[in-house]
Amino acid sequence: MSRFLLRRLLGAAVILMIISAVTFFLFFAVPRDPARFACGKICPPETLELVRHNMGIDEPVFLQYWHWLIGIFAGRDFTYGRCDAPCLGYSFVNQQPIFDAIVDRFPTTLSLTIGAAVVFLLFGIGMGMIAAARQGRPADKIASSASLIGASMQIYFVGVLATWVLVDQLQLFERPAYHELTADPVKWFSGLLIPWLVLSIIFTANYTRMTRSSMVEQLSEDYVRTARAKGMPSRTVFLRFAWRGAMGPIITIFGVDLGALLGGAIITEQTFVLHGIGELSIKAVVNQDLPMLLGVVLVAATAIVLFNIVVDAAYAFIDPRVRLS
Amino acid sequence: MTMPAPAAPDLTGVAATAAAPETAGRSPGQLTWLRFRRDRTGVISACIVLFFLLTAICAPLISLVYGNDPYTRYGQERPGLLNEYGWPVLPNGGISGEFWFGLEPGLGRDVFMMLIYGIRTSLLIAAAATVLTTVIGVVVGLTAGYAGGKTDYLVGRVIDILLSFPSTLFFIAFMPVVESIFVSAQEETPIWLRAASLITVLTLFGWATIARLLRGQVLSLREREFVEAARVTGASPARIIFKELLPNLWTPIIIQSTLLLPLFVTSEAALSFLGVGIIEPTPDWGRMIQRGAEVYREDITFLIFPGMAIVIFVLAFNLLGDSLRDALDPKTRR
Repeated sequence: MSRFLLRRLLGAAVILMIISAVTFFLFFAVPRDPARFACGKICPPETLELVRHNMGIDEPVFLQYWHWLIGIFAGRDFTYGRCDAPCLGYSFVNQQPIFDAIVDRFPTTLSLTIGAAVVFLLFGIGMGMIAAARQGRPADKIASSASLIGASMQIYFVGVLATWVLVDQLQLFERPAYHELTADPVKWFSGLLIPWLVLSIIFTANYTRMTRSSMVEQLSEDYVRTARAKGMPSRTVFLRFAWRGAMGPIITIFGVDLGALLGGAIITEQTFVLHGIGELSIKAVVNQDLPMLLGVVLVAATAIVLFNIVVDAAYAFIDPRVRLS
Repeated sequence: MTMPAPAAPDLTGVAATAAAPETAGRSPGQLTWLRFRRDRTGVISACIVLFFLLTAICAPLISLVYGNDPYTRYGQERPGLLNEYGWPVLPNGGISGEFWFGLEPGLGRDVFMMLIYGIRTSLLIAAAATVLTTVIGVVVGLTAGYAGGKTDYLVGRVIDILLSFPSTLFFIAFMPVVESIFVSAQEETPIWLRAASLITVLTLFGWATIARLLRGQVLSLREREFVEAARVTGASPARIIFKELLPNLWTPIIIQSTLLLPLFVTSEAALSFLGVGIIEPTPDWGRMIQRGAEVYREDITFLIFPGMAIVIFVLAFNLLGDSLRDALDPKTRR
C-alpha cells in the first residue's frame, strides 16, 4: 500500500510539474507584455522596466519557472516583501498573494461541489438502481429517457432559465448567491440550491446510466443467481451483493468528476456569478495574470491527479481482487 | 424496442462475414440498416439532425425567401421596432410576421436568421474538430496499441497528462496562445482564424480519449490469428494497422465520433458563452445565450430560442448516437 502511494504520488508530482511548465511557457509563447498591461496607458520606459523587474518577468522564462517552483516549497523574496512557503507569487493585477486569493475563493467552490455531489449521487444512483430493478418496465424507460434528456442539457441555458422561472416568476427560491456557511447556514443552503440542482442535472443523467448498466451486468452474474436460488431475499441480493460489485466503475468516475469540480466549475460559477475558483481562473486569463493563472491551474490539476490516486486506492478496498502494483 | 434480426454477426471480430443462415445474403451494412430502421427513436432523431443540416446548408436560400439577414440591425435602422431602452416594442421579444423569432435587444437583429446562420458556425467547427480528433485519435491509438513497447509507453503517458489537464480552463487559456501563432497581437483577428483556433484547441484536448479507447481494443486484437497470419505473409506494420486492424474497429470509431460531435457543439457554445469563442458579428448560439443571460429578466425570449435550439440539436444527436450503437453492435444492447 505505502509503496503504491509513494509511486503514485511521485508520478502525480511529475505530471503537475509538466502541466505547470506547459502553462508557463505557453503564457510567454504569446507576444504580450503583462508589465505594459499593469503599468497603464501612459508609462515611461523606466517605470516599465521597474514594473517588469517587480513582476519578475525580466528574467529568462525557464529561470522564472525555476523561481516559481522553488517558491512553492521554500518561499520567495519579492520587492514588496517576503512571501512564505507555499508561495505562488503575487497577482500581476492587484498584488494580492495568489495563495490567499485561492484560499479565499475555495469555500465557494467546495460548497458548490459538495452540494451538487450529494444531489447527483442520491438521484443518479437511486434512479439507476430503480431502473435496474425494473428492467424493461415503465420505471426503467422513464429513468432512461430522463437521463438521456438530462445529458443533453446545458448549464448556461438551464441555469438562467431555472433562475428566471423559480426566482423571477414563481418567487419560490432565493436568488443564487454564496453566503458563508458559518455565518448563516440557512442562507448558504437557499442561495446555493439552484446552482446545486442545475449543476447536478448532467451528472445525475450520467450516474443513472452508469449505475443501471453496471447493476444490470452484475445481476446477470452467476453469484447473484446462486444467491437467489438459495432463497435469499431479493433486497439483500440487490443491495448487498449486486451493488457491491457494481460500485467499482461508479466510484472511479465519481473520483474523476469530484477532482474536476473542485478545480472550479467554470461554467456554473460564471452562469450564477458565484465567486469561486472557476471565476478566478477566467479573470486570470482575461487579465493576463500569469501568477494567478498558474495558481488556479495548479489547484485544478492537483485536484484531478489526487482524486485519481484516491480512487485507485479506494478501489482496492472495495474489491480485494484488485492488487495495487 | 424491437429486437434486431436473429443471430447478428460479430462486427468487432473477424466473423463479420459469417452471417447466420436465415439472413444469408445480407451484408453487415444491410443488417445494420435493417436494425436501425426498426428503431423509431433513431429514425426520428436522424430526421431532426438532417433537418438541422439542411437548414444550415440552405441558410442563404432561406434568408432570400424570408427577406431578412442575420447582420442588418433592423431595430436601429427602422423606428418603431425597439423602444428607447433597446427592448422590442412588441410583446414576446418582438415576434411578428416579419420577424418570426423576434428581435435582438439592443442591436435589433433578426433572431430567426441569427439562429439559422448560427447552425452553420456550430456545425462547421464541431464537424471539423470531430474529423480531426477522430483521425488523430485513430492513428495514434492504433499505432501505439500495435507497436507496443516504448512507443506505447510514451503515448500512454502523453494521454495521461493530457487527461489530467483541467480542460475547460485550458480551452480558455489556450485560445489567445493558438491565435497568436497565426496572427500578431496588433492585427484584427479574422473570423476564420478564430474558428481555426477553436478547432485546434478542441482537437488538442479531444484526441486523447479516443486514442486511449482504441489502443485498448488493439491490444486484444493484435494477438488474434488473422494479425499473425498477415505478419507471417510479410505485411508491413502500416498495412496491418490500416488494412487488418482498422476495418475491425469501425464500430467503436463511428459510435465515438457521433458522440463527439454534440460534445464539440456544446464545448464551442460554452467557450462563446464565456466570451472566448466566436466573436461579433458572426452569428453563434453560445454568444446568443450569453447575451440572453444578460437580458433574461427583461426579455426571456431571446434566451429561449438559442437555448432550445442547442438542447434539441444535442438531444437528437445523442439519441442518434445511441441508436447507431444499438444498430451497429447489438451485443452492447441495453
